[in-house]
Amino acid sequence: MLEIRNLQASVEGKPILRGIDLEVKAGEVHAIMGPNGSGKSTLAQVLAGREGYEVTGGEVRYLGHDLLAMAPEVRAREGVFLAFQYPVEIPGVSNAYLLKAALNGVRRHRGLPELDAMDFLALVRQNMKRMGMADDMLYRSVNEGFSGGEKKRNEILQMSVLEPRLALLDETDSGLDIDALQVVADGINAMRGPERAVVMVTHYQRLLGHVVPDFVHVLSQGRIVRSGGRDLALELEERGYGWLDGAAAPQAGPPERAAP
Amino acid sequence: MSRMEPAADRRPDRGENMALAATALDELVNREYRHGFVTDVESDTLARGLDEDVIRLISRKKDEPDFMLEWRLKAFRRWLTMTEPAWASVHHPPIDYQDIIYYSAPRSMKAGPASLDDVDPELLRTYEKLGVPLKEREMLAGVAVDAVFDSVSVGTTYKAKLAELGIVFCSFSEAVREHPELVRRYLGSVVPYTDNFFAALNAAVFTDGSFCYVPPGVRCPMELSTYFRINAKNTGQFERTLIIADEGAHVSYLEGCTAPMRDENQLHAAVVELIALDNARIKYSTVQNWYPGDKEGKGGIYNFVTKRGDCRGANSHISWTQVETGSAITWKYPSCILRGDNSVGEFHSVALTNNHQQADTGSKMIHIGRNTRSTIVSKGISAGRGRNAYRGLVKIAKAAEGARNFTRCDSLLLGDRCAAHTFPYIEVKNPTAKVEHEASTSRIGEDQLFYCMQRGISAEDAVSMIVNGFCKEVLKELPMEFAVEAQKLLGVSLEGSVG
Ligand SMILES: Nc1ncnc2c1ncn2[C@@H]1O[C@H](COP(=O)(O)OP(=O)(O)OP(=O)(O)O)[C@@H](O)[C@H]1O
Ligand SMILES: [Mg+2]
Repeated sequence: MLEIRNLQASVEGKPILRGIDLEVKAGEVHAIMGPNGSGKSTLAQVLAGREGYEVTGGEVRYLGHDLLAMAPEVRAREGVFLAFQYPVEIPGVSNAYLLKAALNGVRRHRGLPELDAMDFLALVRQNMKRMGMADDMLYRSVNEGFSGGEKKRNEILQMSVLEPRLALLDETDSGLDIDALQVVADGINAMRGPERAVVMVTHYQRLLGHVVPDFVHVLSQGRIVRSGGRDLALELEERGYGWLDGAAAPQAGPPERAAP
Repeated sequence: MSRMEPAADRRPDRGENMALAATALDELVNREYRHGFVTDVESDTLARGLDEDVIRLISRKKDEPDFMLEWRLKAFRRWLTMTEPAWASVHHPPIDYQDIIYYSAPRSMKAGPASLDDVDPELLRTYEKLGVPLKEREMLAGVAVDAVFDSVSVGTTYKAKLAELGIVFCSFSEAVREHPELVRRYLGSVVPYTDNFFAALNAAVFTDGSFCYVPPGVRCPMELSTYFRINAKNTGQFERTLIIADEGAHVSYLEGCTAPMRDENQLHAAVVELIALDNARIKYSTVQNWYPGDKEGKGGIYNFVTKRGDCRGANSHISWTQVETGSAITWKYPSCILRGDNSVGEFHSVALTNNHQQADTGSKMIHIGRNTRSTIVSKGISAGRGRNAYRGLVKIAKAAEGARNFTRCDSLLLGDRCAAHTFPYIEVKNPTAKVEHEASTSRIGEDQLFYCMQRGISAEDAVSMIVNGFCKEVLKELPMEFAVEAQKLLGVSLEGSVG
């Protein structure tokens, strides 16, 4: 589904990704771990097509197509979904309005009829209920005044409604209480299927207890320095990143370990 | 955009439904100015230029009583002694007032149509094309329309129905003929011809407009609306609107405007006077979409307008809502004089400037009565090389015990070649007054755009969505049909402003 070869990218002239190789097949779940500032979010943003992240080398194929040649909104309609590490607030635009525009954009792109307001509301409400979200969230402005955990839940709600083929989740588990973590994990697990793939960036072992990955990769200084199975995550939990070849300890602040 | 205050008045439901209902946004962003066509009608047009003879001619063509002619001539003589205001933050080449045509009417209108059935079909088609059908069968439900074409009113719908309630809603010319006592009593009582350069010019040469009188205790059951259309070339449009809500009366009035695309600039200098007596309520909404000029700034309407409401009676209430997306230059400050005790004035505005458009707009709230309250919410959006200035005056007179004002001005910038300025003036002469002012300026965030695009929404739709969100508080003040239209306009007006 996704083949990344020797991907290099810079931000403001500063090289951040320095040769990433990664293959994700349909049906798989990959976890990406690594110290702060190692380039995990940058990788996600580059895959989603964010302006300002300049690809300086390598290639990315998605379902056989050149992903990097597609406009960001086309990537989205083709089924690439990014759950943001820091979801953005949009004052005055309701969650419902954004999501309806997004869903109908995707449906048009796939040759499906657009949903009218009634069908749309029924679909969203059903998903919200499953995620334990109050109805009024629909009518609040996108992420405005949402708590950290509510924002993350909202990202997963959008994912459930849009049904992407490739979900990139950037620290969607950060800042969640125990119940919310379960809800988010359920949302991700519901996404699993032979036609879909998930790449999730996380610092914590605890998410991986709920969503068991097929592969775990460690990103450090813009490269994948180690790949393995679920056990690798456990080992990292125990030993941190320092022991890995070429892995740097976090540059600032205490190393992020299992959350309290 | 960091703001502590919650919206003064949260009424989410309507706005939300509106947002859900308005699915049409997508198709909009790629449209050009839609109303730019020219109607081919034979017109009765005066030669260019202005002197007392032209004014006499206009007055004679309209069969006016002597007091009107005298008033016009006084205004003209006053105008000759005045100079164009230079304080506004707008730039344009000097206007040659002798190069403008001051009267143009479709020839078929010479005698004035007896009823809508007599109106030239070509004119009816024009309004149909603009989405304002005038014919009995197709009239907009719940909206009575007075259609003004160049210098004259071509017809008013639902007149008979309103007359049953004692409501007078007709063209200004007709009001002068049929209700001279009302006109004489109220004309110029809010905006005297001495008020400013453009108001004086308007008083001298105004050709038509709408008139409305709602008698005591009557709540007007439908929206009243005027649709202004400039068609003829080199013609100025000088219309005058006078609305009187007598004691306890309520009325909601909408104004819409369009003009063909032309390379020359055309002058529009209107005056609107509102009078609310005891316990009366007037809601005045405008969606202004005059031709803004092309992308290089060629052509477009100069919109120099004086709008003022007088809360003359106790507990009266006047609210202005405007969505200004058109015109090359907009210069207008809908204001309220809060004379009656406990009277309330409101101003809700969205002004959008794109390409080379310039807007200098805002409001004046003059508090005279006790416990008078006013609210100003102004949203300025600048894109391209657009320039947007908010200019507001809040004045609390000595007698205005307990007066309160709340003002908020938010500016949104798209791109880095546009500009926004805020000029708040506050004069407080009574120590018990409370005046609050908040302002913010923000740029459409690249992160907001990317977030929308990552959800599959195109950049243009995303801008339109973010802008509509920014304006929501104001849009929800508009009557429903207008709100949808205004949302579309914001989308169209921003075409080409991203990427
Ligand atoms: N817009 C930007 N401008 C300048 N530097 C940037 C920008 N975006 C990212 N960087 C830099 O790129 C590096 C990688 O950042 P990135 O956000 O990808 O790290 P991360 O692995 O996601 O870290 P974390 O675990 O803290 O989320 C950091 O040094 C960061 O400062
Ligand atoms: Mg990150």
